[in-house]
Amino acid sequence: MMTEETAILETTGTETEKVYDRPRLLLDTTMHYCPGCSHGTVHKLVAEAIDELGAEDRAIGITPVGCAAFLYNYIDIDWIQASHGRAPAVATAAKRLCPDKLVFTYQGDGDLAAIGTAEAIHAANRGDNIAIIFINNAIYGMTGGQMAPTTLLGMKTATTPMGRDAALNGYPFKVADMLTLLDGVTYVTRQSVNTPANVRRAKKAIKKAFENSIQNRGFSFVEIVATCNSGWKLSPVAANRWMEENMHATYPLGDLKDLSAQAAATEK
Amino acid sequence: MEDIKLMKGNEVLAHAAVRCGVDGYFGYPITPQSEVLETLSELRPWKTTGMVVLQAESEVASINMVYGGASVGKRVMTSTSSPGLSLMCEGLSYLAGAELPCVVIDVSRGGPGLGTIQASQADYFQVVKGGGHGDYRMPVLAPNSVQEMNDFVDLAFELAFKYLNPVVILADGVIGQMMEKVRLSPQKPRRTEAQIREECPWAALGKGSGPMQRKERNIVTSCYIDPETMERHNHKLQEKYDRMERDEVRVEEMETADAEYILVAYGASSRICAKVVEDARAEGLRVGLIRPITLFPFPAATIRRAAEHAKGFLSVELSMGQMIEDVRMAIGNAAMPVRHFGRTGGIIHSPREVYDALKQLMTETGGLQ
Repeated sequence: MMTEETAILETTGTETEKVYDRPRLLLDTTMHYCPGCSHGTVHKLVAEAIDELGAEDRAIGITPVGCAAFLYNYIDIDWIQASHGRAPAVATAAKRLCPDKLVFTYQGDGDLAAIGTAEAIHAANRGDNIAIIFINNAIYGMTGGQMAPTTLLGMKTATTPMGRDAALNGYPFKVADMLTLLDGVTYVTRQSVNTPANVRRAKKAIKKAFENSIQNRGFSFVEIVATCNSGWKLSPVAANRWMEENMHATYPLGDLKDLSAQAAATEK
Repeated sequence: MEDIKLMKGNEVLAHAAVRCGVDGYFGYPITPQSEVLETLSELRPWKTTGMVVLQAESEVASINMVYGGASVGKRVMTSTSSPGLSLMCEGLSYLAGAELPCVVIDVSRGGPGLGTIQASQADYFQVVKGGGHGDYRMPVLAPNSVQEMNDFVDLAFELAFKYLNPVVILADGVIGQMMEKVRLSPQKPRRTEAQIREECPWAALGKGSGPMQRKERNIVTSCYIDPETMERHNHKLQEKYDRMERDEVRVEEMETADAEYILVAYGASSRICAKVVEDARAEGLRVGLIRPITLFPFPAATIRRAAEHAKGFLSVELSMGQMIEDVRMAIGNAAMPVRHFGRTGGIIHSPREVYDALKQLMTETGGLQ
């Protein structure tokens, strides 16, 4: 089922040769995202991962409410638009009724970690064979930059103009860390798309999560620590730097739990 | 071979679901309908028909699981009782907006708030008039016997797939909990994926492979961000609701041909009112009963026809009076006496109480000397 990974950069001799193209499943249309936003890069990785797994025929994506609500306009597979926060419940049913499909949700920090916390936790705890791509940019992008559950302490947003105060608003919500404790969970990883190396790592993670869904190896969760230039009011370069210095300290990158190989070993 | 059993209404819902080839049931326990999930868990249909049965973490999750199952073209359903239905209303709006077929059962109990766990018919406004946000309608079937609890499950799915719309079975604690003789439906097979791809070309099942492969992707959504497109979608939905009003009215009449006084009642109340009509006729009083089987579409024409020769109407509901608004609207004549009678809080009115209320109406309006 697996095909070769899409080459990112390759040169042969002095002749220039086309070694990289728009992923086949990424539709040729203008995205609505702000310049510098991580969503575009992650969308590309999702499109590549599905294509490389040969899963276009069986891919069912669940879109959230938030900036990625129009994700279905960008990737050429079947989509279901869920109500705010409920994507994991929608995915649970789709996957249980169609166990041979790739079923995944793509959700932001408001959708998954605030209004939809219950649905995410219970899908994880049931060990539903779905993958969740979780975009954590520590802010509500679509509604204009309000506090998210994952907003850092001291971080200024439209609803924390003096900075997030733990006494008033509690603490940055570490969803991935929490999910690792649940027995139904197979794979939890935290990635970022701030450097070419990290983009490659993030893609590998997404691919593994999708393969776990296809092969019914339990619940997979890929958190992408992401930038929101408009919400953070920073240029793309400054936003990347700010993310590396602040976000990655609270949300360190790497695998938090990976039982994918063990789950694969128990297959017939 | 006929399969006749003595069963509770709620148990029958579970048997009917398995037998009419349902693919998935998603529900959260709540009195007075928890027997539906319990019976399904005992029947273990995943071992026989392959039906998925899942206890969700909440009614919010249940209805969104139904949304997910309906999105992939499967026959899916949930059941709940009043406070649970309140939690499902957002999901019902999305299901209607995205034109997804499914069946939702409300075995209603007394409210508002946590209310009581006994029977009630106070969810009429919520279920029949919408409950969720936006312009949408849902066909509502109101069974008044255990047999109809069986028959309406298949009928509800037929309507749901005919109109691509959620369909509600609005029962009450009496119909859910009482035992009656029931003729169970024969077992129907579940549809194969190929059949679903054929019958539901809109389903987000993956593009598929081989001869079934689709070139275009399917998107299940209720989001139309462009106002012109959204309005066109609303007009399309409205045409569908108009078609339902034209073609799907179901009503039962009892002794209405010469009736001077008409009782209007559905569900458990209609059974009580049938006894009142018998008693009244035995005393020589010209009393009839109109029993709406579909609450939407409402049998307005039947009521209007009866009003041509009637002297008064008594709308009998286990509520403070909700359906009575539709009865008044159907009659359209402000001079016609239309009264409400009903007990609430889980108390079931007796035939005697209803008869007394009817006689009072008749006395005050010159129908009883």
